[in-house]
This record gives sequence, C-alpha cells and structure tokens, in this order.
Amino acid sequence: MSKKKSFLAIELQIRVKPDHSGVVTDGVKHSMNPFCEIAVEEAVKLKEKKLMKEVVVVSCGPQQSQETIRTALAMGADRGIHVEVSGKDYETLGPLQVSKILAALAKKEDAQLIILGKQAIDDDCNQTGQMTAALLDWPQGTFASEVSLEKDGIKVVREIDGGLETIKISTPAVLTADLRLNTPRYATLPNIMKAKKKKIANVKPADLGVDLTSRLEVLRVDEPPQRQAGMKVETVDDLVSKLKDAGKV
Amino acid sequence: MLPATLVLTCTSSLSAAHRCIRALTAVQAERGAPQLYTAVTRRTCSSVTAPRITTHYTIRPRDKDPRWEGVEMERFADQADVVIVGGGPAGLSAAIRLKQLANEHQKELRVCLVEKAPQMGAHTLSGACLEPSALTELFPDWKERGAPLNTPVTEDVFNIFTKNHRIPVPILPGLPMQNHGNYLVRLGNFVRWLGEQAEELGVELYPGYAAAEVLFHEDGSVKGVATNDVGIAKDGSPKDVFERGMELHAKVTLFGEGCHGHLAKQLYKQFNLRENCEPQTYAIGLKELWMIDEKKWKPGRTEHSVGWPLDRHTYGGSFLYHLNEGEPLVALGFVVGLDYTNPYLSPFREFQRWKHHPFVAATLEGGQRIAYGARALNEGGFQSIPKLTFPGGLLIGCSPGFMNVPKIKGTHTAMKSGILAAEAIFPKVTAEEADSETAGLHVPEYAESLKSSWVWKELHSVRNIRPSFHNPLGLYGGMIYTGIFYWILRGKEPWTLKHRGLDAHQLKPAKECTPIEYPKPDGKISFDLLSSVALSGTNHEGDQPPHLTLKDDSVPVARNLAVYDGPEQRFCPAGVYEYVPVETGDGMRLQINAQNCVHCKTCDIKDPSQNINWVVPEGGGGPAYNGM
Repeated sequence: MSKKKSFLAIELQIRVKPDHSGVVTDGVKHSMNPFCEIAVEEAVKLKEKKLMKEVVVVSCGPQQSQETIRTALAMGADRGIHVEVSGKDYETLGPLQVSKILAALAKKEDAQLIILGKQAIDDDCNQTGQMTAALLDWPQGTFASEVSLEKDGIKVVREIDGGLETIKISTPAVLTADLRLNTPRYATLPNIMKAKKKKIANVKPADLGVDLTSRLEVLRVDEPPQRQAGMKVETVDDLVSKLKDAGKV
Repeated sequence: MLPATLVLTCTSSLSAAHRCIRALTAVQAERGAPQLYTAVTRRTCSSVTAPRITTHYTIRPRDKDPRWEGVEMERFADQADVVIVGGGPAGLSAAIRLKQLANEHQKELRVCLVEKAPQMGAHTLSGACLEPSALTELFPDWKERGAPLNTPVTEDVFNIFTKNHRIPVPILPGLPMQNHGNYLVRLGNFVRWLGEQAEELGVELYPGYAAAEVLFHEDGSVKGVATNDVGIAKDGSPKDVFERGMELHAKVTLFGEGCHGHLAKQLYKQFNLRENCEPQTYAIGLKELWMIDEKKWKPGRTEHSVGWPLDRHTYGGSFLYHLNEGEPLVALGFVVGLDYTNPYLSPFREFQRWKHHPFVAATLEGGQRIAYGARALNEGGFQSIPKLTFPGGLLIGCSPGFMNVPKIKGTHTAMKSGILAAEAIFPKVTAEEADSETAGLHVPEYAESLKSSWVWKELHSVRNIRPSFHNPLGLYGGMIYTGIFYWILRGKEPWTLKHRGLDAHQLKPAKECTPIEYPKPDGKISFDLLSSVALSGTNHEGDQPPHLTLKDDSVPVARNLAVYDGPEQRFCPAGVYEYVPVETGDGMRLQINAQNCVHCKTCDIKDPSQNINWVVPEGGGGPAYNGM
C-alpha cells in the first residue's frame, strides 16, 4: 500500500491569505509530492519483481486527490482508495489523523507493507510514516535509500546525518522513501488511459472509525520578512563601526 | 545576467519527483550549470564554428545519430473519432458541441483532446473582455451552470495618453471599443470551467500531454497526432526513462493551438494553406494581475488607452479591467504590435513604464502585483485568414486567427469557429460509410459555414482598421479612418487595405535606430524581468533539449546580433535569450534559457532571420497561470 499527497506545485509564488489563516489554494496548480512519487515507483518496482502481489494507493483529501491517485495508477498501481476529506477538515488534516486512517486501512486491507514519502514538501512534517508504524506496532524503515526484500525480512539502507545505516526489519512494516531510492517513471498517456479503467474506491474517515479533530490549531501564517538590502563597506574599520552602530558588537 | 540560468528545476504535476531528483542529484554530481557545459564542450577548438546550441531532434535527426541506435522507437497507437489539439476556448467549444450533438442523436463518439498545459487554463492568458454571444449559443444556461462571468462591464473609458496627461475619447455606441453587454473575465478560469463541462459530457481530456507531431496517411491526408517523447537529455541523447509519445489516430483532427501554433506552421507548408491570403501579423500582449487598495476598486470599470509611451508609428495600447470576484483585483496589460521597426524596443519595458503614467499609477499605488504573463496575439484579421480545411483536418480559433483587432476580442469568434467545426464534421464522422476520397476526412463544409456566419461579417467590417494605421499620421490617421469608415460607413467601403508584410521583416538595422532609454524599475509599480518571470510560475524539466530550436546555430551572432543588436533579448517577455561573452577569447554567444519560456511564440514570429523555430517541450511544462 502506498500513500500519496498532493500539494502546491513547487515553482509557484505562494500567497498568504489576507486574513493570515493560511495560503491561497484556489485554482493553484497542484502536483504529487515528489517523495510520494518515489514511494509509488518503489511499490511498482516490487510488484514488477514479483515480490508483491498488489499495489494499492491511498490519498486523503478533497475531490482533486483523485487526479493524484490516477497518476499513481498510471505509474502501475493496481487500485486506489480515496479517503474523502474536504473543507475545514482538510485544512486541519495533519499527520496524526492521516496515520490513524492509514492504520485502519492497513488492517482492513491486510497490507504487508506500507510505503510513504518521507515528508510532504508543503508542511515538511516527516511524521506520518513514523506515527503509522507506532499505531500499528509495526517496525519502520524510514529515509530509505535502498530496499531489498529478503527471506527473513526487509533490508533497508537509511540515510542518516552521519552517513548510511543498514537495518533489517520484519514484515509487516512501514517504509518511508528518501530521495535516492529510485527515479520515478513518467506517467505516459497510454498508461493514463488504461488507468481510467482501474478502480478507485471512495471511503469516509467515519467508516474507518477515525476521528478527524485536530489537536493542533494554526494561529497565524505570515510571509517571510522582506529581505533587506545589504551594504558594502570599503575597510575593516568601516565594518566594525557599522556593526557597533547596529548594536551587534 | 547570470540569475537567468539559475531557475529552479523542480516542477509540475506528472513527474515532479523525477525533476526534483534531477535537480538535487545534478547539484550533487557537480554538473554545475548545464548550459555552459554544453556550449563549451561542444565547441571544437579547430574550427571557428558557433557553439552548438540546438540539440532537438527536429533539427538533429535521430535516425542518423549513433546514440539512438537500438532504442525502441515504436509508438503505442489508439483510435478516436475526433482528436482535438489544444484545450483553449476553440478546442473545448468544438469538443463540447460534438458531444452535445452525439447525445442529441444518441450516437457514440470518442472525442480526445490533448493540451500541453498541466491543467486546463494554465497556459491561457487574455485581458479579457468577453462577448458572451458564442457562449450563449453553446450553453444557453451558462449562468445556471456557474460559468465564471462575474463582472459585467459598467464603465467604458478610452484615453489617448501623453507623457503626463490624457485626452479622453468618447466611446460612442457603434464604435468597436464599446463594451456594453460584455463581461470582464479571468479567461483561465473560464477555460477551466469549459474543461469541466467537457468532461461531464464525456470528452476525454488529457492535460499535460503536448501534440508534438502530425501523422499522415499514405495518401497524404492527416491521420492524427503523436504526443511528445519524454526522457531525452539536454544534449539530445536518450535517458533511462526515455519513452516514446503516443499516437492518437482520428477520422478528423482539429487544430486549435492558439496564436501561431507550431503544428499549424507545418500544416501551412504541407498543404499550402496560405497561398491566397496575406501573411499573419501579430502583437505581443503582456499582462499582470494586481490586488489594489479597496478604495480605488471600481468593479466593472474598463479602461483602454493608446499613445504614450509608444510613438504614433508603433501600434499598441493598454487595458485595465476592474474585476468583481470578491477581492479588489485588477487585470492590466499592454499590447505592442510586432511590426515595430526599432530593434531597441522592449515591449516588456514599455509595459513597465506605462504603469507609471499618473492615471494608471494612481490605481496601482499601494497595491500588490500577484501575477505576470505574456502571449502573442493575431492582428491580421480578415486579410490573413488561411485556407481552413485540408484532408484529415481543420483549423479553429486563434490558430488561423479570427481576432477582431479594434475590439481586441477573439474569444467569441474562436468559440464560434469551434462550434461550427463540430457541426460540420459531426455528420461526417458518424456516417455509416465514410464519404471521402482520402483516408482522413476532408470537411470543406466548415469553411463554408464560417463564411456565412456572423464571424465573417464581423471580421469583414473591421478589416481595414488595423492596416489604416500605416499612414503618415500613424495612430491618429488610423483613428480618423475608423471614425469615418467604420463608425459611419460600417466597414462597407469597397477596398481592402493590405498589411505591410511579415512582422519579422519590419525591423530596421540597429545602426539606423536610436536606443531607447527606459527608466529603471522602482520595485513598487514597475519591476524587473526576472522577478516578473518568477510570477508566471513557469518551469520546464531542465534536462531536455531546448525547445527554442535554431535552424542554423551561427545565425544569431552573425546576423541578429551584428545587424539588429540582438532584438530577441528585448522582445522575449521571459528572458530566454541572452547574448553573453564567450568563455575564452572575444565574441559573444547566444544563451537560450529555455526553462524560462512562457510559450508566448513572439520569438518565432519576430526573429528577423526567421531562424528560431519554437517546438513544443515536454508536456506539463510552461507557465502555471491561475486565472489569467
């Protein structure tokens, strides 16, 4: 099973809403989270190697999440599950609620492996994979840059601050994909056409027994402060005196 | 100059991760600035040839290229009844009308539409003041369906600007600029809404896939199109993820690529469609969206101006529309005719300095710019309409060009041409027996019905207004002509004035012209080019051959720079073209920052050497306009 998220496309200039409650998302171009694409690619690769039987993609969100699921289906997933979350609920949807949804779905679908992107690039939380593993009491292989299924478990090479760490975990397990895990394939048009025939099931969080109330409240969203112009100085003395003036020294 | 090359490489919908990885791994692998790499290493030390710039397979064929040996080039093909290239107002109207007819007559009809933008409306840019006539024909109940026509025009203002003042011109009923009954729209949102209507009717929409090649039957008729290949590296070699595009075959193919489409360009040559019409002439339109101070907001107010900062011999003007969509938003822009003669003219900078006119600055002060974009538009009108049909296909919308130039409106005629195309081809594609000499259906009935429609009458009546501009009095002569012959005589004069010829041939050599001193942008009302380009949200997969191809790589420096001082540096609204010093030795070379391209097509139109050939990049790339 693999989980994807759609977010505002990277190259856009984001605008904060006038009431500072969030960013403007109406009509803005959405794309699939890059790490989620890597996760989908990995799942499809495992299926192609005949190590997995079926790839199911899950996305939580409003109607447009269906497009993201279709793209994943075009990459090779077998079927999709769209967990409908819209409006206010979607604005406050965070890692904890998503993890609960995934845990419930994993039990329902009897999944052996959950692969997610390591983090979403709009909120940079990096929590969903870990929380899902905890809720299910499953081992986790996060920041995976290499995954190999062996007889007695899964060998995961993880990217950590100091370098690379290799661990072996038993199944069922949760993996989160890091950048160098693979290069996702293009979703070509013939595959998009075939994907239209693949099934996407609609599920409501309530059906899974998940409560979506958030324990977090966004107080305020602001743009980063305007970058002030720098100043060039000719001599070191000049620099020191300017620093003293500014009260920095 | 350097910032132009450091554009972000992460991008849009379908393979965002793929590109993100390319960017990050490229940085890690220390490939540095790929463009410099290509130019430097491709230049041979022995010969004095220009550095290789163009690597696209349309100029460097792959069948003779050793790097492509053994690569699987077979394409997957699928059959539809009708294929439509381009998801703009014309293409979508045609698709919708076809499905409406199919449902009415209870016939099965497979209609596939391909569009290079990642989502419908993302490459749409227009003023826009929409005449709802064609929309009402398509959907009489458009209001109930929620069409985003939220701003009826309430006030119409027309001025002749001088440097510090303005001369108001009364808009008398009957003049082309009169807008009573029209709506100010964000055309991108309108196109998105049209896309939703089309999908509901069962049209297969494929945004993110560009039609890159026209396919032909053995008898020479059009068989369909093929979408772009993906996974070709910047130097033209295949990457691991290389995949061929897909072939879409159809009984008839509609080409609605908008102004100066690249496939249409090929079709004109292939079927000699332009032998009995004048060459098309164009303008470039640059546009911004601004959030203004609420106190200055007058929803429904429509302002147009001519005059300053352009001189009386350079055609152009401005628009400023106050939208009514819940927030104090104005759409404003500047149009410059591409038949201008001074190679030092920069349409972008004319636009930026126009905003400083007291009348305009008063509206913009205290506001914030939130979007920018640009697109070429047609100015040829009636005289430049080519032959519209050929075996296997036909041309709709701004591609052949049905813009009413003095009204600056082309959306209603584009939509009507789409509707008429659908009505003409429907009986032919649903007929039991194909009644055609060629494998691809020829439907000349479309051109006939267009000629007897209001589109033809309208374009005929305004045909002399734009060419009347070419007189010793310039702009003022044109206005006098319009007053007499259009307003009073309704365009019934028996003569038809000619245009001056190709826009590309109008430039005078740089030594005959004086450079224009443009004011520096102040960062509050006027801005520099690169921050503007960033607002267009444009991006492309970095590792692909530049889609601005040159027929001859040596011509830019040898001719464009030498004779015309490199006008492409000035007319490109996205900073794609830069003349930079070569790394070793003297001289300059042309650097093409293809990632910045906003798909406006101006370079293909205005290049004095007609050496630039714009082809479509990988689908999904390009601007990310939101309701432009």
